[in-house]
Amino acid sequence: MIKEIKIIQHNGKQFIPDLTKTEVPYPFRGRPEISNEKVDQKALQNCCPMAAISVNPVSINLAKCNFCGECAFRFPEKVKFTNDHRLATNKIKNLLVKEGENHKIELDQSAIEKKIKTVFGRSLKLRQVSAGGDNSCEFELNACGNANFDMGRYGIEFVASPRHADGVVVTGPVSENMAEALRITWDAVPAPKLFILCGVDAISGGIFADSAALNRSLLKNVKVDLYIPGNPPHPLTIINGLLNLIK
Amino acid sequence: MGSENKKYAVLKNNGSVGTAEIPVLSYNEFSSEVVTLLQKKENHCVTYFAFPEVNGLKFIAGIAEDTNHNIFVLSHFLPETKPQKLESLTPKINALHIFEREIHETHGVDFPGHPWLKPVRFAHNRANKSMKVNDYPFYTIESDELHEVGVGPVHAGIIEPGHFRFICNGENVLHLEIQLGWQHRGVEQTMLEKQTLLQRNIVAESVAGDTTIGHSLAFAGVMESLAGIEIKTQLDVERAVALELERIAVHTADISSLCTDVAYNLGANIFGILRTLIINFTQSWCGNRLGKSMIRVGGTNFPFTNENRIRLFKTLSEYEKQFVELAHLTYRLPSVENRFDDIGTVSEQQALQIGTVGMAARMANVLRDIRATHPSPAYEKYNYTPVVLPKGDVFSRFLLRRKEIKQSIAWLREVMDNEEFLFPSDTPKAELKLKPLSLAISLVEGWRGEICHTALTGNEGKLAYYKIKDPSMHNWKALELSLRNLEISDFPINNKSYNLSYCGFDL
Repeated sequence: MIKEIKIIQHNGKQFIPDLTKTEVPYPFRGRPEISNEKVDQKALQNCCPMAAISVNPVSINLAKCNFCGECAFRFPEKVKFTNDHRLATNKIKNLLVKEGENHKIELDQSAIEKKIKTVFGRSLKLRQVSAGGDNSCEFELNACGNANFDMGRYGIEFVASPRHADGVVVTGPVSENMAEALRITWDAVPAPKLFILCGVDAISGGIFADSAALNRSLLKNVKVDLYIPGNPPHPLTIINGLLNLIK
Repeated sequence: MGSENKKYAVLKNNGSVGTAEIPVLSYNEFSSEVVTLLQKKENHCVTYFAFPEVNGLKFIAGIAEDTNHNIFVLSHFLPETKPQKLESLTPKINALHIFEREIHETHGVDFPGHPWLKPVRFAHNRANKSMKVNDYPFYTIESDELHEVGVGPVHAGIIEPGHFRFICNGENVLHLEIQLGWQHRGVEQTMLEKQTLLQRNIVAESVAGDTTIGHSLAFAGVMESLAGIEIKTQLDVERAVALELERIAVHTADISSLCTDVAYNLGANIFGILRTLIINFTQSWCGNRLGKSMIRVGGTNFPFTNENRIRLFKTLSEYEKQFVELAHLTYRLPSVENRFDDIGTVSEQQALQIGTVGMAARMANVLRDIRATHPSPAYEKYNYTPVVLPKGDVFSRFLLRRKEIKQSIAWLREVMDNEEFLFPSDTPKAELKLKPLSLAISLVEGWRGEICHTALTGNEGKLAYYKIKDPSMHNWKALELSLRNLEISDFPINNKSYNLSYCGFDL
C-alpha cells in the first residue's frame, strides 16, 4: 500500500486542469496562416502532396491538408503553421484558410439544434468506428480518455454499443469492406444523434481519396455534425471540438 | 556463389539489384531451392509475391539469412498460356501459407495442396470478385455440443475492425479463426498511382499509424537504394533514435492496456501517462506525436540537435525513474502474474513453424531481430543485443516489453553519449531518379517486428511494383494458436499481448 502511494506521489499531478485553455507547444502544426507575400503560386500549389492548396486567392483546404508542413518548409514567407489546435468545425467551408485572412476556425453555433446542447451538454456517449483508418486517429481518440486529458470529466465517453451511443465518430477513409458495417452501426444509434468525422482520411479520404477500394456513399446521405481535421488530430483538437458542439 | 549454376541473387538489407541479374528458375528448381533454404533454421522468408509482366506472372521470393546478413532473391515465371496452377509449398514450409494465399487472392493462381487457401483481405483488385467480405469460408465443426461465437468486425472499444470466430466447447475454445480485410484501402495500389516522392512517403506513413516510423523507414530504405543515395550514418542514427522511441512508446501503452484488462488501475493509468512523456518528446522533435513527417527520403526536415539530445536525456531519466518503480511493483503482483502466467502459450516449434517474427518470435525463444541480424548502419555502429524469452505465454509477452524498453533506453543513452550531432543532417530530396529495371528490399525492425518493403522499377526508372509486408502478416496466426484450449474470456489479454495490426495487414 505504501509503495502504491509513493508511486502516485512520484507521478505527481498529471491531468491538464483546463483543457479549453491549454496550448500545444511548437513545433506542433495547427491552423496555418497564409501571408499576402507574392510567391510562385504554381510551385506552391504543386508542392502540396494532398492537393489541398488552391490559388487566386491562395488557400489551404484543411479538409484535405494532412499537416505535413511541406508548403511551410518550401515557402516559409508565405505559409506558417501556428500552434493553434482549435480546428474543428461543423461547416466544411470554415476549413478553407485563405491568404491574408487569419481568423480562428470556429463552429457555426446557429446551425446547431438547441436540443443537441440540452440533451448532450452534460453527457455524450459516442461509438467509434474505424473504417479503413490507419490506427493513428484511433490512437489519439484513446488518448482523449487517458489520465492526462481525461475527457470523461465533461461526461464525454466512448461506449461499446451503438444502442448506448449518442453518435458515431468515424475514422479512416471508409473502405468498401467497412461501408456496410458503418451504415449498420449508424442506423443502430437512436436519434437525436451526431455524426462526427475525425481526421483527414475520414473528412476527404486523405491520401487515399482516389483509391478504388473506398466506398464513401454513406457520407453523401448523412449530415455531418463535426469535422475534426488533422492527421491525426491532437486530443485537444478533438476534445475542444466536441465541447464547442455540445456546450 | 560462383557464376555457374547461380540460383539466386544475393542482397544486403537496403540493397538493390538489377532485375536481369535475378535468375528466373523453373518452378521445380525454384521450389526445391526455396525448400532447401528454408529448412535451415537461420533462414526465413521475408517476402514472396507475384506481379504481372508481359505474357505472365513473375514471382519473387526474398529469403533472409540471419547469420551472414544476406537476403537471397529467387524468381520464377508463370506464362499466361500455362494453367495458372502451382504445387503448393505450404505443406513443406508452413510459414509460406500466407504468401501463397495472398498470391492466390490477387492473381487467381491455384495452389493445389495448400490446406487453407482462403481469402486474405478481400482486396479491391482481387481476382475473384464474386466473393464479398461477408462470404469468408469459416472452418466449422458439426456437433451438437459445440457452439460458435462471432465477434466483430466492429468491436467494443476504440479499435480497428476484424472478425473473430470461436468454436467453443462450453467455455473452452477449440479453435479461433480470424478474418481480416475490413481495413483494406488500397495502400499498395495508391503507392503506384501517386506520382510524387512525398505523396508516396505519406502513403508509407499511413500503412499503420502506430508504426509510422517503422514503415516510413522501410520506404526510405528502398527509395534511397533504388536512387543510389548513400545517407550519412548520423542520419541513420537519428532515424534509429526515432524508431526506438516509437518502440518505447507503444510498448508502454501495451503494458498499460494489459493492466487495464486485468483491472489493475494503477498500472493502467500511470503506464499510460508515461507513454505521453515519450510521444510528447517525439512531438517536440517533429511536431507530430506519432512521428508523421519525421522520416523523409535522403534527409530530414527535423535534424536531431544537441538541444534535442539534452531534452531526450531528461525525458528518459524522468520516464525511467517512474517506469522502474512501477514495473517493479506490477510485475511482482500476484493478481497480475496469476492472470498472465501459462496462458496463451505458443511453443518454440509452433513459432518457427508459422514463421512468427519480431516480438511474437522472441517471446517464444526464437531470435528474429533485424537490428541484430540485418542491421542498418546505425545498429552496426551501436550494437543492439536482442532480448529473447523462453516460454511463449502472455506473461512472456508482457515481460518482453519491459525488457525491451530497458534495452532501448540503454541503447539510446549509448548513442547520445557517443554520437556527435554537430552538423544538422541534409534536407530531404524533392524528387529522385530511380535506377531502371531494379529491385530493392528493405527490412526494418519495427516495434512489432520485421517490416519488409520491396520495390521494383520498370523502364526509365518508373515504379513498377511495390510490396509491403507488416509483421502482423505472420503473427496473427500466433494469436489463433494461443487461444486453443483457453477460456474465451482469456481472449482480450491474449489479443492485447500481441497488439497486432489490422491496417498493416489489410493494406
